[in-house]
Amino acid sequence: MGASIEDKLFLDRFNVHETSHLKIIDGAVCIDDCEQQLCLYICPANVYRLEHNRISINYEGCLECGSCRIGCPHLNIEWKFPTGGYGVRHKFG
Amino acid sequence: MQEKYDVAIVGAGPAGISAACVLADNGINAVVFERGEFPGAKNISGGVLYGHDLARIIPDFSQKNCPIERNIVESRIWYLSRDGGYSVSYRDKAFESQRRYNVFTVGRAKFDRWFADQASQKGALVVCGTVVTDLLRDENGRVTGVRTDRPDGDLNAKVVLLADGINSPLAAKTGFRQEPSPSHVALAVKEVIDLPEEVIDQRFNISSGNGVTIEILGSITSGMNGVAVIYTNRKSLSLCIGANLADFATKKIKPYEMLEIFKTHPMAAPLIKGGKPAEYMAHWLAEAGFENIPKLYGNGYLIAGDSGMLFNTLHREGSNMAMVSGAFAAQTIIDAIRKNDFSRSSLKNYESRLQNSFIFDDLKKYRRFNPFLAHHPEIFTSLPEAMGFAAREMLTVDGTPKKKKQKKIWKNLRKNHSLSALLRLMWDGYRSV
Ligand SMILES: Cc1cc2nc3c(=O)[nH]c(=O)nc-3n(C[C@H](O)[C@H](O)[C@H](O)COP(=O)(O)OP(=O)(O)OC[C@H]3O[C@@H](n4cnc5c(N)ncnc54)[C@H](O)[C@@H]3O)c2cc1C
Ligand code: SF4
Ligand code: SF4
Repeated sequence: MGASIEDKLFLDRFNVHETSHLKIIDGAVCIDDCEQQLCLYICPANVYRLEHNRISINYEGCLECGSCRIGCPHLNIEWKFPTGGYGVRHKFG
Repeated sequence: MQEKYDVAIVGAGPAGISAACVLADNGINAVVFERGEFPGAKNISGGVLYGHDLARIIPDFSQKNCPIERNIVESRIWYLSRDGGYSVSYRDKAFESQRRYNVFTVGRAKFDRWFADQASQKGALVVCGTVVTDLLRDENGRVTGVRTDRPDGDLNAKVVLLADGINSPLAAKTGFRQEPSPSHVALAVKEVIDLPEEVIDQRFNISSGNGVTIEILGSITSGMNGVAVIYTNRKSLSLCIGANLADFATKKIKPYEMLEIFKTHPMAAPLIKGGKPAEYMAHWLAEAGFENIPKLYGNGYLIAGDSGMLFNTLHREGSNMAMVSGAFAAQTIIDAIRKNDFSRSSLKNYESRLQNSFIFDDLKKYRRFNPFLAHHPEIFTSLPEAMGFAAREMLTVDGTPKKKKQKKIWKNLRKNHSLSALLRLMWDGYRSV
């Protein structure tokens, strides 16, 4: 296997805001009602991880594609753009 | 914000900036809000742009330091099995001379910034680092301006142009168009791989400044409905691979792992060998099709570009539809300002302009293409393997009579595909393009 997702995100520039632009609305839904936990698979930046029986959000590496917002089968993610000027900043695009 | 603007534009991508240029050319004061630190900071595409459509906005773009990477002189199409693939290509001298810059590559971080500078020079105001978070409306629901995340956040305008791209939390919040379902978008990831200019020239057999595009279909998307591309930039290659988001959800294949597998394919690996990954990005493409284009205008607002789902999957044309629809929206706004009427019926002209252009013509013509791919998963699974088997058998010289080989190939093909399924595939394919 080639480069890991961490290697890839390391190539990118981010202007990280102190507060997350992504939020799980109800953590209990993730653990009790969500069999598929699709956020763990579809996110191209591996932002969502299952840690100690809860979903953690590493919003710092979010590529702002929107997939988790519409891909979460329970629509359980509150999704905003990072504050103006924050978030990923492309070099080449 | 104190001042009153005639037009507020959301998004400094190709759609928003084209509109801003046309409005500024006509002396109308427009303000463009862009959430990125600079225009292009949030944007990606494969990188192909079309000179014809850019020239409608900036006629002498090639003399104005437009950040062109390479002028495309050859298009290749690959159909790949796991271990090999077919390639067809077409190169033409015309694309080096009379038709130079018919198609060329750019990096959107640089191009969008340059394009927005052109709009500023014409007199448009581009305000970066600002997210439009809501639409202002009057008591009748007519859009009257935008709310931003700036401290002095609200701005009134006679009309608002939504050119905010395909991923629109603003649409989700305000309902100006529906949030797409996962099957209506493709999720693509892109990696830029740095290589010396001469190495790219050699590997693609091109002279300096010229370039090649490769469009790729087959097993490469792990059985999902998707495509990949390799495009040449001056000192880098753009690799993109993507698939329908609903397919990603079903197959649980991680986008970045699919990208890594793509990079090891025997057709792709030699082209990127020794290259240095420089950037990794992700973005959606519209796959909703003609039937799901939202209503593109209403009381006090218009929608252009990706935000209106204007994308031609087969010909990977999105930026030109964005530019042309942005310009049409601007012309409609100019008429509306003259009439001082920003109602839905006054803005209806926008739709007629789109209907009379290549945009609706092409989207209508190819409306069966996305369903065709969705209904024939074998295009991404068993068919490329069977075709790979066929070529490998025919090309292997081992003393077997060719007739016997043909029988073997036919038998292998029929193992996974009934005759009626093959005929159906050909018929549907023929009707979709
Ligand atoms: C992988 C990939 C490859 C592609 N390849 C090609 C190709 O080779 N050729 C081609 O023609 N097309 C291609 N496309 C499609 C093309 O990129 C789009 O069609 C085109 O960028 C659409 O332009 P736009 O102006 O409508 O939207 P965008 O380019 O997305 O611009 C929208 C702008 O709005 C800003 N914005 C969004 N919301 C807000 C807000 N609320 N407040 C403030 N600012 C906001 C964004 O930051 C962005 O700058 C590709 C797309 C992808 C994903
Ligand atoms: S897919 Fe949605 S509901 Fe399921 S675990 Fe992820 S965030 Fe929670
Ligand atoms: S927006 Fe895209 S990159 Fe960001 S967390 Fe959601 S799926 Fe991941």
